Amino acid sequence: MKITRLALPALAATALLSLAACGSDPTNTAGTNTSSGDSTTASANGAKPIVVGSASFGESEILAEIYAQALKAKGIDASTHLDIGAREAYIGALKDGSISLFPEYSGNLLTFLDPSASATAPDDVTAALTSTLASKEPDLKVLTPSAAEDKDSLNVTADFAAKNNVHSIADLKGIDGLSLAANPEFKTRAYGLPGMEKLYGITGVKFTPINDGGGPATLKALTSGKVDVADIYSTTPSITENKLVTLEDPQHLIAAQNVVPLIRSDHDNADVDAVLNAVSAKLSTQALLELNTTFNGSDKPKAADVAADWLKANGLA
Amino acid sequence: MRWFLDNWTDIRGLAWRHLWLSIVPVVLGFVLAVPIGYVAHRWRLGGSALVSIASVVYTIPSLPLLVILPSLLGTTFLDPTNVIVVLTIYAVAVMVRSAADGFGSVSEAVVDAARASGYSAWQRAVQVELPLAGPVLLAGVRVVSVSTVSLATISPLIGVSNLGSLFTDGFQRSFATEIVIGIVCVVVLALLLDLLWVLLGRVAMPWLSVRGAR
Amino acid sequence: MNAFSGGLDWLATSAHWHGDDGFPHRIVQHLGYTALTVAIASAIALPLGLWIGHTGRLRGLAIAVTGALRALPTLGLLTLVVIWRGIGLTPPTVALVVLAIPPLLAGAYAGLESVDRATTDAARAIGMTEWQVLGRVEVPLALPLILGGVRAAVLQVIATATIAAYPGLGGLGRFIIDGLAVRDYPQMVAGSLVIVALALILDGLFAVTQRALYRHQ
Repeated sequence: MKITRLALPALAATALLSLAACGSDPTNTAGTNTSSGDSTTASANGAKPIVVGSASFGESEILAEIYAQALKAKGIDASTHLDIGAREAYIGALKDGSISLFPEYSGNLLTFLDPSASATAPDDVTAALTSTLASKEPDLKVLTPSAAEDKDSLNVTADFAAKNNVHSIADLKGIDGLSLAANPEFKTRAYGLPGMEKLYGITGVKFTPINDGGGPATLKALTSGKVDVADIYSTTPSITENKLVTLEDPQHLIAAQNVVPLIRSDHDNADVDAVLNAVSAKLSTQALLELNTTFNGSDKPKAADVAADWLKANGLA
Repeated sequence: MRWFLDNWTDIRGLAWRHLWLSIVPVVLGFVLAVPIGYVAHRWRLGGSALVSIASVVYTIPSLPLLVILPSLLGTTFLDPTNVIVVLTIYAVAVMVRSAADGFGSVSEAVVDAARASGYSAWQRAVQVELPLAGPVLLAGVRVVSVSTVSLATISPLIGVSNLGSLFTDGFQRSFATEIVIGIVCVVVLALLLDLLWVLLGRVAMPWLSVRGAR
Repeated sequence: MNAFSGGLDWLATSAHWHGDDGFPHRIVQHLGYTALTVAIASAIALPLGLWIGHTGRLRGLAIAVTGALRALPTLGLLTLVVIWRGIGLTPPTVALVVLAIPPLLAGAYAGLESVDRATTDAARAIGMTEWQVLGRVEVPLALPLILGGVRAAVLQVIATATIAAYPGLGGLGRFIIDGLAVRDYPQMVAGSLVIVALALILDGLFAVTQRALYRHQ
């Protein structure tokens, strides 16, 4: 009796899980869905309405709003679906047509499509990304990347930099018991611990995975002295606010992360390209930092308002 | 407080979405769990195993389930159905135990009396046992309802915004006010929904005294 | 691609059973967080629940508070405490303690309420003090229900202790968070399976204990 009580549920749970796991393939659903909006309400120039997606962090939401509002300003039907937490969810949504445009980062998108990709310089990343997309996701394409970058950056406190005379990642070599906080993937990705060892010969790093993309928890771990080095995205206002020292990267460990519009090919046309290219031309790394600073500022404004102000200031809307 | 007023329309929208993302799984969970619970109660050998399976299902971590689900169901990625399915699974997992307990609380003598007065098995289940199990079932619905409202906050992970979005947004901006507002809204929503079940319970079971319908 | 068999393969790889990142270490951590949380929550909820059940006071308040605590979203609580206190053991512990209190509290007061009034009155009549009534009559009789509360609390905490991995701690949540970060589904499934197995084993132990207690009465 005891045995059945334990074994039965185990068996059933196993059966349930394996049944569920044999379900359909995610890629099958590509192109079959039109829930992204009413396809009959095509805009004046006959193009399909565009739904811009975003991830669930401020910069991504602001960029999505910028795309959408810039398109609308030129008479193209566009709306947004913001706040999509997981990358598999928004890439999946692009593939199944729930959304049609997304502000991506060149390096991250490349790593997502090809985990073994090794390109780091901006042009190399863009070239690799274009060819990888063509072979793996023919329904999707990237437009011309902007110069604006928001990439991983290794930061130390000013105190730590002065005490250990550290200015570059190379200077970290030989520091005993070095500890580092970053997103969990830093442990295995080429730009993370493996790359630090390969390019700079840094080993024995004590790694603390914090799942907030260099957000408040990572920052606090660094400023409170729990870790020596923190991976924080380079356009995060907290870097300058806390006078952190961003370490130089002479060996090009960290991959380029240019902001680039990722779009469904069937939603792309010359009018859309013209609008998005004009936006990309105006975007700069400094602009991203300023947008983030406003968004995180004491007023805590809405992403849509921050985007509208930027478009107006740059004559795009 | 000013931020709350400035963003009131957005928060109200998130709260509405949150509300129906919670109500649907609770109702579906109830409808599915009551028959399963009845079977678990009647079927002596497999019954306890059935209840155990249900409580084990509850321990399947929600994060992987949410992310993998669209590819298993063949649904699109931003479809709220994904969230509803996950929450319904958890609701059933919790409800089955209280449904089985509820039917267990019905006196066998009453059931025998019904049988003696010529009620069929189906009539006994629906007309005698179900109403008598009502109070325990209601208590179960109330527990499921509060925890579903709370659990629903994970849905922004797959692009279905609700009050949980206030947590991620507030966290990234180091903005504790937004998180606190999110938490308070979730609790208020849960309590309002709880009130709804209690009132529905009184309407459905008028024979219970006020104290009995706890 | 079959995520489930991938998960089994991941489980069967011996390299995943050694060192700080291996299953044994992660399981010990996971059980450690669970034990710590349930211990703290018990220290708060059990005395309170016994007092409410014994005296019958504040019962309405206890029900309301239990409901409100159940509604407190674990994720929101976690992010809030992380912002206040930074990373470490505190944020997940607070969030999990809040999760564990309602079933413990409910088990304790419902357990005492289930004890027949006539029994406790008889105990008083033969000259037992209130403490003796509580310790020798009410608690032993209420034990199955109290233990039921502990059982529910442990299961919920085991299932939710994965959140400890968010702010940089260990436990079985690491497999899920790390797997999600690099889209390693087999790793996520393997981590989930171990959590489910752990819950099954603990639930089985509780079932056996509870049955033994019933038999004694």
